[in-house]
Amino acid sequence: MKYLTNLLLAGSASLFASVAMAQNTNLRVAMQLEPPNLDPTAGAAQAIDSVVYSNIFEGLTRFMSDGSVVPGLAKSWEISGDGLSYTFHLQSGVTFHDGTTMDAEDVKFSLDRARAEDSTNAQKALFSSIAEVSVVDPLTVQITLNAPNGSLLFNLAWGDAVIVAPESIETAATKPIGTGAFMFSNWVQGDRIDIVRNPTYWGTPATLDSASFRFISDPTAAFAAVMAEDVDVFVGFPAPENLPQFEADPRFQVLVGNTEGETILAMNNALPPFDNVLVRQAVAHAIDRQAIIDGAMYGIGTPIGTHFAPHNPDYVDLTALSAYDPEKSRALLAEAGLPDGFTTTLKLPPPSYARRGGEIIAAQLRAVGITAEIENQEWAQWLENTFKGHDFGMTIVSHTEPMDIGIYANPKYYFQYDNPALQALMTTLTSTTDPAARSALLAQAQTMIAEDYVNGYLFELAVPTVARAGINGLWLNQPTAAIDLTAVSWP
Amino acid sequence: MRLPRSLLIGGFLSLLFLGGAALSLFWTPYDIEILSISSRLQTPSAMHWLGTDQLGRDMLSMVMMGTRTSIAVALLAVGIGMGLGVPLGLLAAARRGSLLDEVIMRGNDLIFAFPSLVIAILITAVFGAGAMNAIIAIGIFNVPVFARLTRGSALSFWSRDFILAARVSGKSASRISVEHILPNIANLMIVQGTIQFSLGILAEAALSYIGLGAQPPIASWGRMLADAQTLASIAPHVALVPGMAIVLMVLGLNLMGDGLRDLLDPRIRVTRT
Amino acid sequence: MMRYTMGRLISLCLSLIVASIVIFTVVEVVPGDPAAYMLGVNARPDTLAALRSELGLDMSLPERYFAWTTGMMQGDFGQSYTYRTPIAAMIADRVWVSLPLALFALTLTIVIAFPAGIYAASRRGKLGDLGVMGATQLGVAVPNFWFAMILVMIFAIKLRWFSAGGFAGWEGGLLSGLKSLLLPAVALALPQAAILARVMRSSLLDMLGEDFIRTARAKGLSRRQALWRHALRNALIPVLTIIGLQFSFLLAGGIVIEQIFFLPGLGRLIFQAISARDLIVVESVVMLLVFVVIVVNFVIDLTYAAVDPRLRLRK
Repeated sequence: MKYLTNLLLAGSASLFASVAMAQNTNLRVAMQLEPPNLDPTAGAAQAIDSVVYSNIFEGLTRFMSDGSVVPGLAKSWEISGDGLSYTFHLQSGVTFHDGTTMDAEDVKFSLDRARAEDSTNAQKALFSSIAEVSVVDPLTVQITLNAPNGSLLFNLAWGDAVIVAPESIETAATKPIGTGAFMFSNWVQGDRIDIVRNPTYWGTPATLDSASFRFISDPTAAFAAVMAEDVDVFVGFPAPENLPQFEADPRFQVLVGNTEGETILAMNNALPPFDNVLVRQAVAHAIDRQAIIDGAMYGIGTPIGTHFAPHNPDYVDLTALSAYDPEKSRALLAEAGLPDGFTTTLKLPPPSYARRGGEIIAAQLRAVGITAEIENQEWAQWLENTFKGHDFGMTIVSHTEPMDIGIYANPKYYFQYDNPALQALMTTLTSTTDPAARSALLAQAQTMIAEDYVNGYLFELAVPTVARAGINGLWLNQPTAAIDLTAVSWP
Repeated sequence: MRLPRSLLIGGFLSLLFLGGAALSLFWTPYDIEILSISSRLQTPSAMHWLGTDQLGRDMLSMVMMGTRTSIAVALLAVGIGMGLGVPLGLLAAARRGSLLDEVIMRGNDLIFAFPSLVIAILITAVFGAGAMNAIIAIGIFNVPVFARLTRGSALSFWSRDFILAARVSGKSASRISVEHILPNIANLMIVQGTIQFSLGILAEAALSYIGLGAQPPIASWGRMLADAQTLASIAPHVALVPGMAIVLMVLGLNLMGDGLRDLLDPRIRVTRT
Repeated sequence: MMRYTMGRLISLCLSLIVASIVIFTVVEVVPGDPAAYMLGVNARPDTLAALRSELGLDMSLPERYFAWTTGMMQGDFGQSYTYRTPIAAMIADRVWVSLPLALFALTLTIVIAFPAGIYAASRRGKLGDLGVMGATQLGVAVPNFWFAMILVMIFAIKLRWFSAGGFAGWEGGLLSGLKSLLLPAVALALPQAAILARVMRSSLLDMLGEDFIRTARAKGLSRRQALWRHALRNALIPVLTIIGLQFSFLLAGGIVIEQIFFLPGLGRLIFQAISARDLIVVESVVMLLVFVVIVVNFVIDLTYAAVDPRLRLRK
C-alpha cells in the first residue's frame, strides 16, 4: 500500500512538472492588447502592427528602432527634380509566404487598394498626395504625386502601407501572408499568436526558429507572468512601479525607450472658459509635470512643453513657458474673471497614464480652485463622445502618431484649436522640402501652440520593455508600434 | 435573555465600520484630496496607522472614506431590491396562480438567468461609470431575491386562519398584504436584507475593482485594491488593508445576519447564493 | 404532466424571446461605433462609411435583430466585427476553457463542501462545528479577485509551483490543462464551497429534525447511522438546487478571474468584445449563457415536478 502511494505521488509529481523546453530558439513575447485581426492595412489597432510589422509584412521603406527610415522591399529610389515623381527599384527574388512572387504589380495593387474610394485603411491620409502608381517593369514602380511631399518615404514606412498580395489579402485578417522573415503559423484567439521562421526569406534570415505572442492586459498578471518566467519578453510593460524589482533581479533586463507619444492634457478650446487663453494658461501653470511623471509613471517619461517629440532634432524646449506656479495660476484665473475657479469635466481613457495622471491632475487643479470631475471612459466611448462628439472640458491622451503637429491646423480636431496663422504655417510646411527651412517652420509652429497654451503639455510617453537577461536585438524605442523580432537572439 | 455570540461579534465589527464611516462625514485623520507623491507607500507608523498609498494619501482615511462609499452603494442597492421586490412578491402571492403571478415569477427567473457582471458592465457602458450605476446594477439583481422570498413566505400565510378571518371580514387582498402579511414577514426581510447588504458590499468591491464603481476622488475599496495590485510585492500593506477591510466588514454583517436570525426567529430560512 | 410540460415549454420560449429583445436593445444602445473603434483617431469619414457598410452596420435595427435571431435559430451566430471570424467557432474555442474551469471549480466546491458540511452537521454545536462554520463565514467574506491575487503572489511568484496564468491547452494532455486551471479554479471555488457547506449543514440538520429520522432513531439507529442512511439522501435536494445555481454562476462569473489569470475563456471574450464594441459577439455570447441557464432551470423544474406531483398542481 505504501509502495502504491509512493508510486502515485511520484507519478503525479512528474506529470505536474513543467515540460522543459528547448528555449534558445523560441521566444515568448507578451504584450498588453490582443490584435483584433492581423491585417495592418485595415484597422488602426496598434497591436496589429506590434505583431506583424516587419515580422510578417514589409513595406517599400521601413522604420528602424531609432526612428530613421531605411530601404525595405525597395532597395533604392530616385526622385525627380520637381519632387513629383518617385521611381522605386524593388529587391529581386522576393516571394510571399504562399510561394507567389512579389513584384511591381503587388506594389501597385497594395497602394491603389489603400487609397481607393472604398478603402478601409485607417491612415488613408498617408496616401492622399499620390496621384498615380504605375508599373515600369516587374522590379520598378513609379509613384507620381499631386504636389511635392517631403514625407512620402516616411509615410510609406508605416504599417498601413505594407505590400500585400491580391491572392491572399482576403484572408489576411486571420491568416496574413506577407514577405517578412517570419511566417504566420497559428492563432489561438484570446491566448496567443505563433510565428515561425521563413526559410526562404530574401534578406538576412531570422535567428529565432519561432516566436509566440501572448496577450496579458492585467498589470498584476503581467508582473506575475514575467516573474514566473512564463514569458521571455514583455513589450510595453504596463506597471512602471515594478521596473525597479526587475532591474534588481539578475534574471532580467529592463529597456526604457522613447515613443512618439506626446501625452497631453487636452482642453476643449471652443468651450468656455477654455476659449480664454488666460484660463488655459492658468491650467498649464497649475500642473506639476514632475509630480505627474513621478506619481503616475514612477519617473519614466520626459517632460515636454509643446506638441513635439523631445528626441527629434527639431524639438524646442518650451517647458519653462508653463512652469509649475500655482500662485501665478490663481492670479491668471482672477484676471480671467474667475477668481473662485470653475467646474469642468476630465474624461479619461483606459491607459494608466490617463487614469493615474488624471487623479493627480485633478488634485493639482483643485489646489488652484478648479474642480475637474473625473469620468473614466472606455476607448469606444471616448472616441464617440470625447473625440468625435467634443463632449468634454479636458481629457488626457497620448498622441502616438509620429510627427503629428499638423493636427493643430485642423480646427475641427477634438480640442478645436482654430488659428489661421498656424494653419497657413502648416500649409507652407507641407510643400517645403528644404530641411533647414522645414526646421525653422517646425520650431515656429511649436512655439506658437505653446504660447497659445492650446493644451497642457505633460510628457513624452516612455515604453518599458522587460526581457530575460541576455536577449539581444530588441527595439529600444518605438518610433512606430512594432515588436520587430527579425534581429532578436538568445545569448 | 442571552444574545447569540455571532450577533455580538458581528454587531461589533459592523458598528466599527459604521462608526468609521459616520466619523468620516466630519473628520478623517488626513485630507485624502491632498496628494503627496514624496511620502508615498509608507509602512504603518504612528503618523499613519495604516501607512500611505501610492499617491501618499493616508490609508486609514482612505479606508474610512471607502467604507462610506461601500455602505452607501450597498444600502441603496438593497433599498431598490426591497422597494421593488417586496411589493412584487406580495402582489404575486395575493394573485397566486394568476397570469400576473406567472409573469412576475418568470420575470424573476429571467433576471436570474442574466450574467450579473456582464449586465453591470453594459449598464456602465450605456450610462458611464459612477456610483449611481453601480447602485442600479446591484439593485436590479436584488429585486428577484426579495420578490421570491416575499412570495414564498407570504403564500404560507395566505392559508392561515387569521388571514382567512380577515378575508371573511371583507378586507381587500392588498389591505391584507399590507396589514397582516407584511408585519409577519418583516423579520425575514431584515435578516435577508443584512445578507444582501453584505453581498452588496462584495459586489461594489468587484465592480469598482474593474473600474465601474465610484470615480476618483471618491475612495472605494475595490479601486484601492485595483490600484494596489501591482504594488503588493513592494508595499504589501497597500493591497492587504483594503482587502482586510472588505473581509472584516462582510464577515461582521454576515455574523450579524445569522445572529439576528437566531434572535428573531430560529425557524426562518434565508437564501444565500 | 403533459399539460404542465407544455405550459412550461411555452413560458420557456417566451422567456427566450424576451431575453433576446432585452439583450439586443441593451447592447445596441451602448454608445460607441465599432467601425470608429477599429479605425481609430485618424480615420476619414469615407473610410468609416465604407467599413460600416462592409460590417452591415448600415442596416436598420429591426433588420439586424431579425438577421441575428433567424441566424441563431439555424445555429449561425454571425461574424465578429473585429476578429472577422464566425462567432460560433470563437465560442466553441472558448467553451473549452470556461466549461472545464467551471466544472473543475464545481468539483472542488463539492469536494470541499460535502465533507465539511456533513462533519459540521454531525458535530453540531461542538468545537468541530464551530471551526467549520467560522471558516465558512470567512470564506463567504473573501472577494474572489483578492484571493486570486494572493494565490498568484504565493504560488506563482514566490514558490513558482504554477504558472501565473495562461492556458496550456488540452493538446499537452489532460494534466497540463488542469494544472493551468488549478489556481483559477481554487480562487473561484473557495467562496462557493463556503456557501455550499453551510447549505449542506443546515439542510442535514433540518432533516435530522424530521419525523422519519426520529422514527429511525427510535428503532435504534445511532445518530451517525441515521445521518448517513436517511438524512443525507433527502438533504441533497436543496443542495442540488444550489449546485445548479452555482454552476451557471461559475460559467459566466469567472470574468474577473479569467482576466487575472489571462485565460482565453468566454468571460474574457465578452469583456474584450464590449470594449471593442463588437456588439454582435456580446449579444450572441450573452444570449447563449442566458439560454443555458433558462434551459437548466426548465429541466430542474420538470425533474421536481416528476418527483413531487404536488408541484404540478400548485402552479
